[in-house]
Amino acid sequence: MPTHKEKSEVLLMKGNEALAEAAFRAGLQAYFGYPITPQSEVIEYLMAEQPKHDCVVLQAESEVAAINMIFGASGAGARVMTSSSGPGISLMQEGISYMAASQLPCLIVNVQRGGPGLGTIQPSQGDYFQATKGGGHGDYRLIVLAPASVQEMADFVFDGFRLAEKYRNPAMILTDGALGQMMEKLEMPPKGSLPYPETPWATTGKRKDRKRNVVTSLFMQPEKMEEVNLHLQEKYRLIEETEVRYEEIDVDDADVLLVAFGLVARICEKAMHLAREKGLRVGLLRPITLFPYPSKRLAELSSKVGSVLTVEMNAGQMLEDVRLAVEGRCPVHFKGRMGGMIPSPEEVLEAIEAIPAKLHVELQR
Amino acid sequence: MDLPPITNGFELVYKKPQTLTETPMHYCPGCGHGVVHRVLMEVIEEMGIQDRTIGVAPVGCSVFAYDYMNVDMQEAAHGRASAVATGIKRVLPDRFVYSYQGDGDLAAIGTAETIHTVNRGENILMVFINNGIYGMTGGQMAPTSILGMKTTTSPFGRDSKLAGHPLKITNLIAQLPGAFYVTRHAVHTANAVRKLKKAIHSSFEYQLLNKGTCFIEVLSNCPSGWKMTPAESNKWLEENMFPIYPLGDLKTPSQTMN
Repeated sequence: MPTHKEKSEVLLMKGNEALAEAAFRAGLQAYFGYPITPQSEVIEYLMAEQPKHDCVVLQAESEVAAINMIFGASGAGARVMTSSSGPGISLMQEGISYMAASQLPCLIVNVQRGGPGLGTIQPSQGDYFQATKGGGHGDYRLIVLAPASVQEMADFVFDGFRLAEKYRNPAMILTDGALGQMMEKLEMPPKGSLPYPETPWATTGKRKDRKRNVVTSLFMQPEKMEEVNLHLQEKYRLIEETEVRYEEIDVDDADVLLVAFGLVARICEKAMHLAREKGLRVGLLRPITLFPYPSKRLAELSSKVGSVLTVEMNAGQMLEDVRLAVEGRCPVHFKGRMGGMIPSPEEVLEAIEAIPAKLHVELQR
Repeated sequence: MDLPPITNGFELVYKKPQTLTETPMHYCPGCGHGVVHRVLMEVIEEMGIQDRTIGVAPVGCSVFAYDYMNVDMQEAAHGRASAVATGIKRVLPDRFVYSYQGDGDLAAIGTAETIHTVNRGENILMVFINNGIYGMTGGQMAPTSILGMKTTTSPFGRDSKLAGHPLKITNLIAQLPGAFYVTRHAVHTANAVRKLKKAIHSSFEYQLLNKGTCFIEVLSNCPSGWKMTPAESNKWLEENMFPIYPLGDLKTPSQTMN
């Protein structure tokens, strides 16, 4: 008979705690992190529950130390995770670049807060550029997953580990303070469902029957360094071909296509229903992977809809990827709130209703 | 008359340990790194722990240490070798783990990681090469540069009013409860090299017994950075570095027990 931990359970949990519990069930072997609001529940939960699991949980002296501990443990072949928010994620960028270059898998969770600077502890999506365009130095990408519910906070831990290990690349869960703090019902996946990959490259001690393993991102000869870069780029193209995920609602007859990720997509879904009640034909595209971005699907939809409205909790970051995908096939509008402010469904509805008037003005020019 | 054993007409008195690779080292003539690499690898060979040892290389002159040391290795970001070593040791507690860092790496940019790694008593060996200068980047001031020392970023000599005092980080380390064995050595004479080797051997023995952090500072020559011949650098080391960084144990296991 399976014990209760070997099958799914329906639980009521905070997003941060659901993510932490899911990490144990996904076979986490080491977590290193540093407390920062609004994600401190992750390390608190892991510390409290650690005695029940065969897992290292350590509070580092800084995010800089944490990401480098992650580097070492991943290089030694362990399934590893860290989590933080805005300022802490900024401190980790050098280490993340090193991990991408050294091709080390890991899962990094960014429970975003309002910035820039010390900012606020309220939710934001202001780290989109940092997450999807590199963040640290050099040409590299993270695989970025954007959950929109507590259920996905748990599910994407499994997906994050799976993708990171499949491609030997850091993966990031880009979420926000609201999703981290709110409680929802979820079906918690069972323990032991994610097999460990082979890690013949890991530094575990040079046995007599193999050459020594070296984990490094240093390639002094430019010819070799370009070769490494070409390999990374090839990997990113493969990820773009294979791993794009998105959700779409009522896009078939849509005049206005809302594009939003994470928490904002749920607000937009409500706004979409409000608009449909008023007879406006509105649909929603929710990118689930932010890298790779669902550019192809958005390009297809942009030739069918009248206009696109991008809604974000930032000054218009994903907006640039939307415009690159739309390529002028239809007008692209933007509604954003910043600094920890969350747009209401009514505000989004207002932005939808403002579109025809705006278009009219543009036609008059 | 008895003759010593002879092989092909020569007596074998010296051979390269197989724990060093065949890659020729890039270090300058008179540099201490090659000697420290060698004794470290000799100990690993003699103890038979090559298959259970993981090293962490720094950023600095010894950034290519992994090209020479024939064990599994990781190349850390500047200053973070002890954090990387922590990550390795925590997930592989039955392996031998060492970090190898210079003065800029360990005592400037990586000071926080250094202090906290030792404070947690991570069960690793930290090797700290102190030559009082940044060799790799072309001879800039180090946190351990002595007062009056001329470098490319202290062209008129290190002035404490402008740049503070030489940082005796090993003395700080010795205060921490997590440190089990803290000692300072040099590699300018054969006798000094022998003492260093003994300290490295003891450190790995302590690591096997889970005693806490072992920390070995090595005062090392940098003739290129100091702008003198290797022979002159030995004299300069003794006359100028030894008074500020005296050789010997700063914390021994018996003191740790108290």
